Amino acid sequence: MTARDVVLARLRAALAGAPPAPVHHRPGHRRQGELPPGHPELVDLLAERLTDYRAQVHRATEATVADTVAGILAAEGAAAVVVPPGLPAGWRPGGVELVVDDDLPADRLAELDGVVTAAAVAVAETGTIVLDAAADQGRRLISLLPDRHVCVVRAEQVVATVPEALARLTPDRPLTWISGPSATSDIELNRVEGVHGPRRLHVVVTDG
Amino acid sequence: MTETFLGMPATAPAGVGNLRGDEPFPVAARRALADAQLRRNLRHATGTIRAKSAAVIGEVPDWPELRAAGRAIKSDTMARLPELLEQLEAAVTAAGGTVHWATDAVEANRIVTDLVRATGADRVMKVKSMATQEIGLNEALEAAGIEPVETDLAELIVQLGRDRPSHILVPAIHRNRAEIREVFLREMPGVDPALTDEPAALAAAARRHLRATFLSTKVAVSGANFAVAETGTLAVVESEGNGRMCLTLPETLITVMGIEKVIPTWDDLGVFLQLLPRASTGERMNPYTSMWTGVTPGDGPQQVHLVLLDNGRSAVLADEVGRQALHCIRCSACLNVCPVYERTGGHAYGSVYPGPIGAVLSPQLTGVEENASLPYASSLCGACFDACPVMIDIPSVLVHLRARHVAEQRAARRTPSAEAVAMAAAAYTMDHPRLYAAAQRAAGLGRIAGRALPPPLNGWTASRDVPAAPPQTFRQWWSERSRS
Repeated sequence: MTARDVVLARLRAALAGAPPAPVHHRPGHRRQGELPPGHPELVDLLAERLTDYRAQVHRATEATVADTVAGILAAEGAAAVVVPPGLPAGWRPGGVELVVDDDLPADRLAELDGVVTAAAVAVAETGTIVLDAAADQGRRLISLLPDRHVCVVRAEQVVATVPEALARLTPDRPLTWISGPSATSDIELNRVEGVHGPRRLHVVVTDG
Repeated sequence: MTETFLGMPATAPAGVGNLRGDEPFPVAARRALADAQLRRNLRHATGTIRAKSAAVIGEVPDWPELRAAGRAIKSDTMARLPELLEQLEAAVTAAGGTVHWATDAVEANRIVTDLVRATGADRVMKVKSMATQEIGLNEALEAAGIEPVETDLAELIVQLGRDRPSHILVPAIHRNRAEIREVFLREMPGVDPALTDEPAALAAAARRHLRATFLSTKVAVSGANFAVAETGTLAVVESEGNGRMCLTLPETLITVMGIEKVIPTWDDLGVFLQLLPRASTGERMNPYTSMWTGVTPGDGPQQVHLVLLDNGRSAVLADEVGRQALHCIRCSACLNVCPVYERTGGHAYGSVYPGPIGAVLSPQLTGVEENASLPYASSLCGACFDACPVMIDIPSVLVHLRARHVAEQRAARRTPSAEAVAMAAAAYTMDHPRLYAAAQRAAGLGRIAGRALPPPLNGWTASRDVPAAPPQTFRQWWSERSRS
């Protein structure tokens, strides 16, 4: 008998002795919020919840994204940032050295001052942005090693609830759910920002 | 040994892992209670987390429905556990991962050690994981000449301080910031001697300390919070980014997961991703959640392993009442509300699973007789049941395990402890109103007897004071009140 056979036989024996009642009905829970994706109040709620977790939220239009991102990077003195290959041309900031990710080695990424990515979806109620490694977001590594993450979210990507976000995502991509900058609650159970992930998180929400 | 025998539910083996303490709970608890600093640290930390958690749970309009959904999904999972594990295995394999099965801690440690050796690495970095603590993986790796590096801040504090974890979520909850600073100054190579005890400064010191490790280590070991059977997706929730580092940077990723962590569908994640952070750290969402499905070419580890661990879980599943302990999502809300945990801390429970959930899980994993004092490490106040985001009825399981203990003692023809007899007698007395009234009157007389009981019941009062009996019983008061 392999270990697999033993474990499965044990579990079947455990259930045969006292079979649990099958669950035919699962209690309903809320799947959708009251507001449709992209509603201005949802965008405001996302901004409020992100700010509560010490992320900085900026507003822009599709036409002003590049300037907004450039302003954020300039204000913090960021000189060189990595961008994923599929980041829209109109979002690429001027005034900084842009390094397009081409399987850059990890130690090179760790030296850069920041990263600019898009997002796949955002959850207003929890203050969460989700990256799914699409071409405008890039490999997981590029949004992890640089100390500053600027993430551009389109208003129509903002949903109310976690179930709505899951419905928009597919499990065949690696997913990273981000709610504020890196933090820890390990010292006296108080949240402190800034451990191993990016210590600064900027979210730019575009509308129109 | 027949195949039938091999296929019977089995408890976790002794002599490996961290499910058994060196001493019974009352002995360890007595020593912990004498540590005033420990009690202050625990009171502060658990009080902080209770307030944060209550505030964010209050924001969720359908919290009761979410809890009920969490319980229903877990009940359904347990009823179909063999099928779901086979489905998970197929999905992970189809996505390029490799699935291993381990009947117990010894086998799991051997599987992981062999996988690490095959890579040629002599160091692994670890994401905080209860399953690997349970099986004593770090000790097994060290014995094989492989250095395990804990990357979670609290685990790092515990590892550097040569300490033991005392809380499921915050293993260093028994340490305050000044004590953590001392550990860092003493044990962290190259630490700035001017390090202050500001939490932000301590976190920054950990960041500097671990950066080089993250960038140079080729193998990582993680646990999993959830595994989705239908898709083969594994999920790890964390805060610091050390999890993302371990799950993304190395060439090889080995995940060790208790078999009860499987959930049926992708949609089910929507329930648990709402329940876990609010019940656990008191946040609307933890800073980082990573999900991966097998191997993604060009992104993250290209060798992905999943070790499915039994180690006593089949024995838990066989207990009709106790099996709900397998529903636990390791949020630790029950620890933070428990009056016993708040005073004794986690070390007193002996096992890596402390607090109320540990008191029902550890004895079932090891066999009740090997953790016989734990089902009694509770006042049965019920706060844990109220706090549990998946509605595990911990008090009922505690009482059930006390009964199992008495029955197993009797079956072994040993004399049950005075405590066990007292419990059985109390149950009988409470079922018989006349006896109960007489017992209460007798307790009133006990006021003159002081706060310790005579033998053979002095075992009870060795670690507790008998509460002073009121001058009259409720029944006496009620009958006088009705007369007037």
